[in-house]
Amino acid sequence: MTEKAVKREPYIKLILTIFALSSIFFLFLIFIFILAEGIQLFFKVGFLKIIFGFKWAPTKGSFGIFPMIVSSFFVTFGALILGAPLGLACATYLAEYAGKKRKLFLKPALELLAGIPSVVYGFLGLIYIVPLVRNYLGGSGFSLVSTSVVLGVMILPTIISISYDALVSVPKAYREGSLAMGATKWQTIYKVVIPTAKSGILASFILGMGRAVGETMAVIMVAGNALKIPTSVLAPLRTLTSNIALELAYASGDHRKSLFSTGLVLLVIIMFLNYFANFVVKKRIIK
Amino acid sequence: MQNKIYLFLLLVIVLACQNNKKESKVVKHNKQVVNIAGSTSVMPFTEKLAEYFMVSKPEFILNVQAGGSTAGIQAALNKTVDIGMSSRELKEEEKVLKEIPICYDGIAIVVNPANPIKELTLEQVKKVFERKIINWKELGWIDREIDAVTREEGSGTRGAFEELVMGKSHIDDSVMVQDSNGSVKEVVRTDPYSIGYISLGIIDSAVKSVKIEGVDATVENIKSNKYKIVRPFLYLTNGEPTPASKVFIDFVLSKEGQTLLKKEGLVPVND
Repeated sequence: MTEKAVKREPYIKLILTIFALSSIFFLFLIFIFILAEGIQLFFKVGFLKIIFGFKWAPTKGSFGIFPMIVSSFFVTFGALILGAPLGLACATYLAEYAGKKRKLFLKPALELLAGIPSVVYGFLGLIYIVPLVRNYLGGSGFSLVSTSVVLGVMILPTIISISYDALVSVPKAYREGSLAMGATKWQTIYKVVIPTAKSGILASFILGMGRAVGETMAVIMVAGNALKIPTSVLAPLRTLTSNIALELAYASGDHRKSLFSTGLVLLVIIMFLNYFANFVVKKRIIK
Repeated sequence: MQNKIYLFLLLVIVLACQNNKKESKVVKHNKQVVNIAGSTSVMPFTEKLAEYFMVSKPEFILNVQAGGSTAGIQAALNKTVDIGMSSRELKEEEKVLKEIPICYDGIAIVVNPANPIKELTLEQVKKVFERKIINWKELGWIDREIDAVTREEGSGTRGAFEELVMGKSHIDDSVMVQDSNGSVKEVVRTDPYSIGYISLGIIDSAVKSVKIEGVDATVENIKSNKYKIVRPFLYLTNGEPTPASKVFIDFVLSKEGQTLLKKEGLVPVND
């Protein structure tokens, strides 16, 4: 009986290895397909004309995605302006102030926030935030500010859960040392705990940025999708992701390829952000 | 070890391919299948026609899919579908396809019901979308910026609008973009200062269509050739239609089919 089980062992290992590698295989496939479809246009039209081109009219031969790259960064930083302080405050409360009972209620509630589909966020933004902006701030309401608010809420769970982990992992001795020196609780938090957890918190912001750059559905619904670089926070804008989702249905030929090129640029940005976040976290461990 | 993994992956791929082949072989022998794909503007009407058609002729199976005019034309060109649907005129290089106009559709310029403006000229509409007119004051309403909404690049409705209204000039980059007739309608319904264009067939009380050059966007005015922003809904076949699709096309062009289209707010071809 036991002999049989021991004999089975290598096969189980093999099967698990294959399944484990298959997920990496999918990533590899995605990368290859996007690269194969997206790179052609870079050679045909020219790298600079796509990345730094201002005019997007793919059916008429202009493939500039510079305004969308800029817009993607605008909404991402807009989202961070709202999401970063809120998220950090929430994580600090959860890690330092909240009692066990409150934590028991708050943590699952925040996880639920992460589980809400993005189309629901977009819909709420369209129904409530867009008219609010239109009536009180002006413009059409489909704007940089509405998009930033919606995305700011959407990246909260990412920021909270990762900064919470960073704050909790600060050794208890640090806090005790600070308190023993006569510091108040708040002084301890902002002079000892947060600086110690700095790299983890920074990583949470970067991963939040990754989420904001990649968000599509909610952005399409509230951003207005105009092609121009927004000149004010009330102007509509189009991000890289929404460009793909908006036009894919009707695209063919070079138009289709140009959407894959957009995807390629997006992939590079996301890869860079993830790499950067990993780098920041690793630095902390080495230290 | 590694070799084994590659072998396994190869096996998976081979199996997957075989499976595909099997599936495509499963054709219902006693049923005749017609595959239709293309314009999202034509699709809902084709679906309705197909429903009626399949009730009276259960031996036919019609697969109707959206995808856009351009995709429909491409699909008809490389024969992946029996009938392609297009809501724009064909370009020169696409003219090898056989065009069958099934009806005409007007594109209405719509504003919010709260907007008092009843009439615009083609020139004014053009200037609004070029962003040469940016304030409602210039059109005789309040001092407020115009929120213009257009469709995305590649859409048949946009293509027709560009051809019929914009002429040689282009829609400005700062104009908002939505990806369907429905979303344009939703924006115009909720934003009192917006203006957009949608298919005449889907207009209801949520939005108000304005007169263009003094002519209402109605079926009667399209028939009498007074309303100018009109596009054809085309069925496209590569060469002669297959026997099964011929039966369906004949049904669409018959009095019964045309009456159905008329009920949907479209303009029949033959009256």
